[in-house]
Amino acid sequence: MRRFSWFNATSLTLGFAFLYLPMIILVIYSFNESRLVTVWAGFSTKWYGELIQNEEFLGAAWVTAKVAFFSSCLATVLGTMAAYVIVRAGRFKGRTLFSGMIYAPLVMPEVITGLSLLLLFIGIGLDRGILTVVLAHTTFAMCYVSVVVSSRLVSFDRSLEEAALDLGCSPFEAFRLVTLPIIAPAVISGWLLAFTLSLDDLVIASFTTGPGATTLPIKVFSAVRLGVSPEINALSTLMIAIVTVGVITASLVSKRAAVQQARDERAAERAE
Amino acid sequence: MAASVFAPWTDPDQKPLIEFRNVTKRFGDFTAINDLSLKIYEREFFALLGPSGCGKTTMMRMLAGFETPTQGNILLGGQVIDDVPPNKRAVNMMFQSYALFPHLSIWDNIAFGLKRESRDKASIEARVEEMLRLTRLTKFALRKPHQISGGQRQRVALARSLAKAPKLLLLDEPLGALDKKLREETQFELMDIQEKTGTTFVIVTHDQEEAMTVASRVAVMDEGRLVQVSTPDVIYEAPNSVYVAGFIGDVNLIKGTASARTTATVEEPEAPTQPAENTPSAAQQERTPRPNSYGEWLHDTLLSPILGKRVEAPKPKQLPAPTPEETATAKAAEAPDIPEGGLSLKWADGEPDLIAVNGDPALDGKEVTLALRPEKFSISKTKPTGVANAVKGKVIDIGYLGNISTYHVELPGGLMVKSQVTNTRRIARRDITWEDTVWLSFTATAGVVLPE
Amino acid sequence: MRRAVLIAIPYVWLVALFLVPFLIVLKISLSDIALARPPYTPQLDLAAGWDGIKSFFAALDFENFTFLATDDLYWKAYLSSLKIALVSTFLTLLVGYPIAYGMARAAPEWRPTLLMLVILPFWTSFLIRVYSWMGILSTEGVLNQFLLGIGVISEPLQIMNTNTAVYIGIVYTYLPFMILPIYSALEKLDDSLLEAAEDLGCSRLSAFWLVTIPLSTGGIVAGCFLVFIPALGEFVIPSLLGGSDTLMIGKVLWEEFFSNRDWPVASAVAVILLLILVIPIILFQRNQQLAREADT
Repeated sequence: MRRFSWFNATSLTLGFAFLYLPMIILVIYSFNESRLVTVWAGFSTKWYGELIQNEEFLGAAWVTAKVAFFSSCLATVLGTMAAYVIVRAGRFKGRTLFSGMIYAPLVMPEVITGLSLLLLFIGIGLDRGILTVVLAHTTFAMCYVSVVVSSRLVSFDRSLEEAALDLGCSPFEAFRLVTLPIIAPAVISGWLLAFTLSLDDLVIASFTTGPGATTLPIKVFSAVRLGVSPEINALSTLMIAIVTVGVITASLVSKRAAVQQARDERAAERAE
Repeated sequence: MAASVFAPWTDPDQKPLIEFRNVTKRFGDFTAINDLSLKIYEREFFALLGPSGCGKTTMMRMLAGFETPTQGNILLGGQVIDDVPPNKRAVNMMFQSYALFPHLSIWDNIAFGLKRESRDKASIEARVEEMLRLTRLTKFALRKPHQISGGQRQRVALARSLAKAPKLLLLDEPLGALDKKLREETQFELMDIQEKTGTTFVIVTHDQEEAMTVASRVAVMDEGRLVQVSTPDVIYEAPNSVYVAGFIGDVNLIKGTASARTTATVEEPEAPTQPAENTPSAAQQERTPRPNSYGEWLHDTLLSPILGKRVEAPKPKQLPAPTPEETATAKAAEAPDIPEGGLSLKWADGEPDLIAVNGDPALDGKEVTLALRPEKFSISKTKPTGVANAVKGKVIDIGYLGNISTYHVELPGGLMVKSQVTNTRRIARRDITWEDTVWLSFTATAGVVLPE
Repeated sequence: MRRAVLIAIPYVWLVALFLVPFLIVLKISLSDIALARPPYTPQLDLAAGWDGIKSFFAALDFENFTFLATDDLYWKAYLSSLKIALVSTFLTLLVGYPIAYGMARAAPEWRPTLLMLVILPFWTSFLIRVYSWMGILSTEGVLNQFLLGIGVISEPLQIMNTNTAVYIGIVYTYLPFMILPIYSALEKLDDSLLEAAEDLGCSRLSAFWLVTIPLSTGGIVAGCFLVFIPALGEFVIPSLLGGSDTLMIGKVLWEEFFSNRDWPVASAVAVILLLILVIPIILFQRNQQLAREADT
């Protein structure tokens, strides 16, 4: 058994305090009565009320949701295809370029991605708006999806696909009936990742957006440049809450599935 | 009558189910299969045996349709199938990893292939039930693959690949994932199912015991070529090369210079017991292995010494099989009754030559290797009389394995050989121990002379 | 046929929306400064044939790059970005390693929870996480109030709008990227190796230095690259937490583009930034490759 020392305990406590205290403080101050962020003037939920009535924020949130939904769906389809090509298609002309283009956006500074896409949209005369943001988000999110999906595909026992072919499936049927159901968890996490990336993105959206397509991060950014505001605190708290609930639910579900699987396997071995 | 005998490979009129015609397969610079020709017949249980990387898996994947030959053709039932995709071949495969679909129940796994054909629901159900019964899996039908044990998974994989009643079933190391005891049981189960369904099985394995147990014929492979294709008994008793002798079981190799003993042609040493040519033994006719030890089956086979005749291209032309009786009675004090002919082998200075009457006199003057199985030796503390060959040695080590003991004996000149003795007596009663000087004796037909 | 379609769809998408835009950036960076707004010159006039291509290339020059070299704002910004990225990577390692180490030594049933706690902030909006420090670090912020309250300081500290705030912001937001690879390296570490080291006469500390640290190097290197590469081009953190004297190239590019509307210079800045990034990216790829090979 490993020795879990005082040093370990201290570093974990301090580390997690560092990770979580700022967010906790943010949440606490979102319930502050006072507009002044620094003075605690009693518990209140009035900033949430004001937030709900703020048409601009609501509009931006709606735009963001639309962009995130469409771009994450597109990115999931394209990213899964790209992952399949990388892992399964074998050699083809331009494979190196292809895998380069898959990995490069992951390390490319957002300012460069944003700038280059904007110059493209101007160059081809595409009006900037929701469509351009969706295109931009799809492009960088599909690379993340393909990384997530391909890591699952690599560990995927290829003989399962061969077995499906052997039993009479066409290649497409083999993908639909065998591969896809098995890699589904990775595809779903890829979609979630793409959705979150799109929700969060400020820089690329700022470059590629146009009139009438202001996303929530752009809105928040222009608001917080002027300083801390309780409405933003309230908004942040809501977003933190949604993410926390989502992540905890997801991890509980997958943990339960894993526990069930382990239990079944033990039972199967005993039954032998 | 020969009609009831299962040995289609001896009948030139038989149409093979599968034929490899000068097949070569290259992966880049690497030649996996090198100009290989082979015929496999209907209802055969054919084993491809060899170390990893010898090309056996590539052959199987070409049969399944996952690889296409670089040169040459593969025929199934007389039709060239090189360009037929795997989903259109009447060939099914049982994968080494079993490749059970983890998201489907056992029932759905078995039904998977049937659903791809346009069959009605009732016939699919009937077929799945039949396969479940055959593999004794009925009560697990609704479980998922991770909810059953390894042995059961193996049976599901078998049921799934047999469900479509393929002309040919390919088995890729089907028992590799099972532990030894389960593997032995499953071998007989597999043979039983093959018998019941009448399907042609081609099995790939690196386990020589497995290949010998299950197969009607074994192909020993090395570096993309077939080294020897024959029945298990011939492979064991009459290997055509040092490679085959070494790959199948334990063997002692004694090198020496051959000289022809007489100019006479080789006599059949045990002519009276020899049945007509090409008549396989009773054991082979049955082909139903009995769930007893592999040794007993082999023993039965050895009783009919026709083996030399059926070697397809044996280097030593005539190889009368030695019988256990010969070795067992070797130390009996009879006058040495050594047939004429064959070779004598000068193997060490100052030692009498070894006699191998089954050696090909054409090897006269050549450097050859005498391959001797450890169980062909008799070991005794006194010099035996009336035997063809007896050599003196010193016991260096004794390995006690329960049913048998292996003696490591150092011969003059430093050569170490192994001798295996069945432990019919209790341990305290046996008198040979470390450092003892012993005599190893064997008959004139016990070994096989292999050219260098 | 199907395979060709399968390859073509994502391929064409990436060429059109990743490669081509980047080539446009390259082209514009070589174009004239003169026009601050589009249409920028030169235009590739294919109709004019060979002459068109010749005049296109003739019009390209390194004027913008010369400009970047002469104006010391830019190279100072590059150097300052490098410095900030390096220092904050090092600080992130100092903070992250003990956490990863503690996680790897925690009881196995605790590890998934700890792992989830590290990943959770990653799913939370980047902007919000940076923003959360604004309320803490400002002059009237929570930190200053706390320190004043317990009497450690008498004057509020000026942390907000300084490089210190930028360091804190980078360490905070990129910490999960440092912890995760180190943790996965440490988790694989076989405990009996440490026992063997101690059995052979190491003290616990020297066993840590001689066994644990070398065996987690792969994770450390991966973590450092994962922090360093994005930190170099960072825009949000310096613009929210940094001051007017905080020079980071991402911020310069943004301002060049949105405030000065000088697209050729912004493009040239982007090209240079990318050239600087190529080295760590290639090193990172090689490191990952080696790690994969070591695994198999």
